Amino acid sequence: MKTIALVLVILFSTIGHAIDNGPAFADEKLQLRYEKIIAEVRCLVCQNQSIKSSNVFLAVDLRNEIKRLLSIGKTDKEIANYLVERYGEFVLYRPRFSGGRIFLWLAPAAFLVTGLFMMIKIVRKKTSLASDANND
Amino acid sequence: MKKKYAPIIVFVLMLPIFFVGLSRNKSELPSPLIGKIVPAFVLPSLIDPAVMINQANFNGRFVLFNVWATWCAGCREEHEFLMELSARDEISIIGLNWRDNRNDALNWLITLGNPYELSVEDKLGRTAIDWGVYGAPETFLINPQGVILYKHLGPLTERDWTLNFMPFLVTEQT
Repeated sequence: MKTIALVLVILFSTIGHAIDNGPAFADEKLQLRYEKIIAEVRCLVCQNQSIKSSNVFLAVDLRNEIKRLLSIGKTDKEIANYLVERYGEFVLYRPRFSGGRIFLWLAPAAFLVTGLFMMIKIVRKKTSLASDANND
Repeated sequence: MKKKYAPIIVFVLMLPIFFVGLSRNKSELPSPLIGKIVPAFVLPSLIDPAVMINQANFNGRFVLFNVWATWCAGCREEHEFLMELSARDEISIIGLNWRDNRNDALNWLITLGNPYELSVEDKLGRTAIDWGVYGAPETFLINPQGVILYKHLGPLTERDWTLNFMPFLVTEQT
């Protein structure tokens, strides 16, 4: 009996430690915002996890801090700034659209346009060559 | 004829980007706090919790601000060097005990020695967040005006001290 109890305790202990026991906010809107933010903040201890999915105490501390900031009425943008001021841009999974990062956002579109332009040029050249050959 | 070389030229132009990007150590993140005034805090002294300490307590001189904990293996590793450094009287070391058990921390200082001129206790980790701490040990170099000059991640060694910290002391003091 004791062994079974022990096995059960070990099996379910992870559930006891799971990320946030229950919702952090009674208000559904706040809870949604909270979950969206923590999914996009990098856990710097375990760099390929968000603080939503990590149980390292720094992630727990940061979740608590974000909870506090939300409950005192800070906007998502203010919270992002708060984190970047302390941990740097790397803490956010989604780079912000400002400063040098604009290049990051615009580069794919720039590559696409350049590629299309080159493709059109090559196709035109090939077809004109082909038509030249037909004319001969 | 010129077109033939275009890919090579593009590749050569990209080389510096690869060189910079790949030689960077990804686990060491640059702190946005460098060049800024230290984040304000008020924390109890680790030795005597009745005494409150804030950043003004170490204004007016160069200090090392060392984040440590008894659960941190790297802190044990650097402890010997911190003892040596504090004995040399080159700089005062301020300790921030992060998310630790107070008794364990006091035991550590009693048995291994106390390199800190001042020790504060950050039980909840709030101050650590303000300082952008994400892994102990971390060591900040602060100038007399309270500006953070440099941040070192991981155990501090003699080599780090002479290579990365000393140059600041020399240039700022002259």
